[in-house]
Amino acid sequence: MRAFFLIAAVLGVLAAVPLVVHSNVTLNFLVAALMIALVGQGWNILGGYGGQYSFGHAAFFGTGAYVTAILQVRYGVNAWFGFAAGIAAGAALGGALGALVFRSGLRGSYFALVTLAFAEVLRIIASVAPITGAGVGTLIKLDLGIRALQFQSRAVFYWIILALVGVSLVIAQLIERSRFGAWLIAVRENEDAAKALGVDASTVKSIAMVVSAAITAAAGCFYAQYFLFVDSGIAYGTWISVEALLTPIIGGVGTVFGPLLGALAVKGMGEGAKLLTGDAPGLDLIIYGAVLVLVIWIMPRGLIGGIANARKLLMRRAVPATPTGEVRRG
Amino acid sequence: MLSPAILIPAILNGLLIGAIYALVALGLTLIYGVLHIINFAHGALLSAAMFAAFFAFRLLGLDPYVAVFLLAPAFFALGYALQRFIIGPASHGDDRNMLLVTLGIAIVIENALLYAFRADTRTIDVPYAFQTIDFGFTFLAVPRVVGFVAVFGVALVLWVIMAFTDTGRAIRAVAREKLGAQLAGIDVAHIYAVTFGLGTACVAIAACLLIPTYYVNPRVGDAFVLVAFTIVVLGGMGSVPGALVGALLIGVAESLSGLFLGESLGHIGIFLIFIVVLLVRPSGLFGART
Repeated sequence: MRAFFLIAAVLGVLAAVPLVVHSNVTLNFLVAALMIALVGQGWNILGGYGGQYSFGHAAFFGTGAYVTAILQVRYGVNAWFGFAAGIAAGAALGGALGALVFRSGLRGSYFALVTLAFAEVLRIIASVAPITGAGVGTLIKLDLGIRALQFQSRAVFYWIILALVGVSLVIAQLIERSRFGAWLIAVRENEDAAKALGVDASTVKSIAMVVSAAITAAAGCFYAQYFLFVDSGIAYGTWISVEALLTPIIGGVGTVFGPLLGALAVKGMGEGAKLLTGDAPGLDLIIYGAVLVLVIWIMPRGLIGGIANARKLLMRRAVPATPTGEVRRG
Repeated sequence: MLSPAILIPAILNGLLIGAIYALVALGLTLIYGVLHIINFAHGALLSAAMFAAFFAFRLLGLDPYVAVFLLAPAFFALGYALQRFIIGPASHGDDRNMLLVTLGIAIVIENALLYAFRADTRTIDVPYAFQTIDFGFTFLAVPRVVGFVAVFGVALVLWVIMAFTDTGRAIRAVAREKLGAQLAGIDVAHIYAVTFGLGTACVAIAACLLIPTYYVNPRVGDAFVLVAFTIVVLGGMGSVPGALVGALLIGVAESLSGLFLGESLGHIGIFLIFIVVLLVRPSGLFGART
């Protein structure tokens, strides 16, 4: 129960931000960070808890974005319904992909490669198919109002994405506490041993992939509504797949708050780099790459693990009577 | 459309392109065979090597076919150092971490190139770029023929190293049974780094063979590496003959599908082969077991 209070407290603090801060630049930054936190939370369900490192989560993000945009533009569907359909489409794609990939027993490098390839295939198809607007992309018509899920104020969008992030935090927390979560973690730690104990590994992984895909697709739907434009390079681009894994790994892989913390840190670093050097192409990404390597090297459990370690160290220094035989963790 | 006058050159050109793919794939499969990870930095290293070959020509006036004798050892050293001092220590012996670390290195290299040289596309002019050799029934471009011959030279050298030197035996021992090799006194971290260095040297050679007829920009390596992934999976991860045969098959498939379907759909063909092979027969044609 304490965990849910913590989630509520974090959300409460974040929700108050637009009441204090009115700068659109800051809000845009926070919206982008929260959107990436949502993408990362999706990745975290499958990659963090399930140990299946996807290198192609753009497949789900892009599908959410395109379905939301295309349903509105080409079929005149209501935006809210389009949003829901985008999430459903992402989940369906996750289910189909999971069934295909996990039934054939692909793991590790193979899983990374096949997810990467799926995202690339979707990107190429989206860049030539007429229904996606091919190379031009799809533009959603400006139509402010609740019915069209478009708002003048950045703050409303901020609260929407914050609510989505909140839902994803609760989902991660529920999974962590559930029997299903225990199965998923067992599969991550040792798939063969989990199978031997009767865990249906490929079903467990497939379900995790559906949840994971749905969350990441929701971020894609939000992207479409926020920017009102989707093209193949944005929706299915490698950058999304990279940020999807970057945020939870930097924040703390397989933890509830890891993706949120990681997203704020990653986006903060990117903005910091831009402030320091002007808008030089590539510089923020150099920092992302270097930080990714350094975090894995020095803080394998991410910022959250690092904070926990630091706290333990401080406590130990404060109470010198702690027995020295404590197990060291690698 | 099906006249031999069009088909035969298309197939031959496919084989010649396939040979360059083979070299990129060879490095990838070598690393997979020993370290059991896909090296996501392979494409970025190829881009870096192509820039190195480009500047060796522009600034030092070195012909790429001469520069290769400098760049191959230099990139061997680079690869060795990357694995020994960054990838190995950073990943704490966990395969998933290794994947991520190579991805991180790829991001750094690619964007450092972008930062230094912008997204401009550059080419070099060598006198033999457009020369052809008359084989009687068809003409083939000189650089491609040179590339084809060189690739088989490199494959031969690698085979000799693997089969007849102590280092080669140690590499095979580590690939087969890491713990056993360690117990027999083999320095596994060193062998990992040597393997990574060999794979990186392959990339440098491929870059020197490509640069006379190809362009270079910070993302040029990606296209080759996605094809190389396909080849490695098709041939069987870790299998050297598989990489060679797979590369030639893919080269021909690409050339023919480009002829019949056009450029962008030709690429989809490669990915579909890739996904189908992964799903149906992940051990590839030459099924080295995982």
